[in-house]
Amino acid sequence: MKTDIILAGVGGQGILSIATVIGRVAVANGMYLKQAEVHGMSQRGGDVQSHLRISTDPIASDLIPEGKADLIISVEPMEALRYLPMLHEGGWIVTNTEPFKNVPNYPSDDALTAALAKVKNIVAFNADALAKEINAPRSANMVILGAAADKLGLAYEEIEKAIRAIFGSKGEEIVETNLKALALGREQAR
Amino acid sequence: MPKSRFIGLFQIELPTERFCGKVYFLPSATGKITIFVPIAVLRQTASFVQFAANGFRNMKNNTHTMQKLLLLGDEAIAQGALDAGISGVYAYPGTPSTEITEYIQHSKKAKEEGIHCTWSANEKTAMEEAIGVSYTGKRALVCMKHVGLNVAADPFTNSAITGANGGLVYLIADDPSMHSSQDEQDSRYYARFAQIPCLEPSNQQEAYDMIRYAFDLSENLHTPVLFRVTTRMAHSRSGVELRECRAQNEIKLDPNPKRFILLPANARMLYKELLGKQAEFEKRAFSDGFNRYEDGSDKKLGIIACGIGYNYLLENFEGGKCPYPVLKISQYPIPREWVKKLMRECDKVMVVEEGYPIYEELIRGYLDESGKILGRLDGTLPRDGELNPNILAKALGLPKTCGEPVPDVVVARPPSLCVGCPHVDSYTALNEAMQEFGKGHVFADIGCYTLGALPPYNAIYSTVDMGASITMAKGAADSGFLPAVAVIGDSTFTHSGMTGLLDAVNEKTPVTVMILDNSTTGMTGGQDSAAFGKIEAICMGLGVEKEHIRVLKPLKNHHEENVRIIKEEIAYQGVSVIVPRRECIQTAARRVKAAAKAKSEGK
Repeated sequence: MKTDIILAGVGGQGILSIATVIGRVAVANGMYLKQAEVHGMSQRGGDVQSHLRISTDPIASDLIPEGKADLIISVEPMEALRYLPMLHEGGWIVTNTEPFKNVPNYPSDDALTAALAKVKNIVAFNADALAKEINAPRSANMVILGAAADKLGLAYEEIEKAIRAIFGSKGEEIVETNLKALALGREQAR
Repeated sequence: MPKSRFIGLFQIELPTERFCGKVYFLPSATGKITIFVPIAVLRQTASFVQFAANGFRNMKNNTHTMQKLLLLGDEAIAQGALDAGISGVYAYPGTPSTEITEYIQHSKKAKEEGIHCTWSANEKTAMEEAIGVSYTGKRALVCMKHVGLNVAADPFTNSAITGANGGLVYLIADDPSMHSSQDEQDSRYYARFAQIPCLEPSNQQEAYDMIRYAFDLSENLHTPVLFRVTTRMAHSRSGVELRECRAQNEIKLDPNPKRFILLPANARMLYKELLGKQAEFEKRAFSDGFNRYEDGSDKKLGIIACGIGYNYLLENFEGGKCPYPVLKISQYPIPREWVKKLMRECDKVMVVEEGYPIYEELIRGYLDESGKILGRLDGTLPRDGELNPNILAKALGLPKTCGEPVPDVVVARPPSLCVGCPHVDSYTALNEAMQEFGKGHVFADIGCYTLGALPPYNAIYSTVDMGASITMAKGAADSGFLPAVAVIGDSTFTHSGMTGLLDAVNEKTPVTVMILDNSTTGMTGGQDSAAFGKIEAICMGLGVEKEHIRVLKPLKNHHEENVRIIKEEIAYQGVSVIVPRRECIQTAARRVKAAAKAKSEGK
């Protein structure tokens, strides 16, 4: 089993929290993992991406080859589209539709919606709005992870277990909120 | 399931050409160990038995401490250095090297054992401090980004002549494709220039293992070792198994009392000693297991794959099984024997280097046009930028894989100054003050404020190297191009700006120096700044007149006042220093959050 994932977003949006959960599941289950991150200048509001590879067999490259990614998980809609060349024909995009507009020529809502609609395999919805509905505005990333959960090749219970382990130190309330966000995202994607 | 998880079965991959094959150890409950050795391996020499036994001993030791951590390449290096018994890390922040020192700063072991991990003022002071540690017989790790080695080039080159006493490792992080840098210089050139060994891991586990080896090599051969990583190696995470920790060295001076006295007479002798070690450096690259010759059946092509280029190569073959002979390189100088073998047996040889085509050019020779050597120089691989699996696929003639094109609606999203950043207010005021003088009068430096070159600010006209703002402004003023304004950050000022300011003071050059004091090293993530609380005292000490050191509050409601003060100092025909001072919005937010957390925990 092998899943190659591009995580996308804007510097400061915290895409690495998604990677932390997936990484924890992979390591707990004795899988191999490689995860290339972006640090440095781009973190200041620029586009950032992370290549996350998990596999039951050894992994050679830290970078996913173009046209070989199984999944793009994005917390921002325009950023999801930026990595389309990375995706293979049967691959999926799971993305938040809440835009992060910090450039003057950011596309119009209509143009962006139309471009997203053209993608063959896509789950797109406003994760920020959903997270607010359950009073967890800071858990939009976990909502998006939930929406991607069935496509990771990992058992859902294992993802839950990882969230418990990672957020455990912050108290039961935060754990439950994040689990709820995860479940909500999974429901949305189905 | 990873092979290392097989219960009771240890597997050693023998990493040299002489010992190809695998050996299996099966320990029984009674403590007896059965060794399975394939006949092909048995045919090989007796020294192999020693090699295998050593490998097994290492593995046995590991079983007590074996622990798999998910670590960035940088973190694996830091952990490796801690476990190898360093007494200090000496560094100046620089992407992609910063996380090494930060990891050590946060480690319990460093605190308990008093391992030095405070940031140095710049890379040169860092390296010299580490040479001082090595002088005493203890081990030191020095970390910096590639361009930092330009700053430290003087101690670097001369420490090759002195050699090392305690283990001395220079960790240099290169940034091909310039993700966060102004050039993509290849530090392996520096290792060749100084004629010292160079190591370049291909994965995180190797990085961890090789850092200890680097200290051993340094102590065994009395030489500093350059440990080169590139951005992807530094900033990629993977599982790493740790080994047992070893203790720091005790103080023990070098038996040669002249080793660190580079008077010409001594230096001539020590240089001969360095030249005499060259053959041993190459021999170690042949025998110590980090380079290996992996034979392949298809001799149409042989491949020399350096550093992480090896991973990109293997990614293109199912199960990593390359049909061509591959010379995997993680230690330099490259062993000539294996290169000769590859050249002899293969029709063509491709050299894969993540960086400059150094060894490609060396192996090819300056005049060769036979077409036998492929790589970056003949266009088989791109001449610049970092490599990736697709570039290797193209070079190997494999089919191109690519998804759908990027839709037109996607626009560039360059990095920008944060909302609430003090530099925004500084630039707004400076731009207004400079309006009447036209373009080209502001010389800037390396840091977050370099983003002032981009819209909407368009405020600066140069960024060359650390500290060059003040000195370039001085040069422009010397040429009669006035006014000349320098913009430099607080940490960059103490890194390399102070000496330039002294030049200007000594000549009473009409320059206006703005030291943007956000009280941190911002671009690399907010490390402590050596300038903290000292800027006015330093400037006065260098001879700047007190009344021409002006401190501003870079805030919107101070805008008019700030513009006025900048204009006044630009009008002054001597050296003036303006210090807009407000904490970095990122570190301020972090501090508030930490304080709130401490308060809630206190309750």
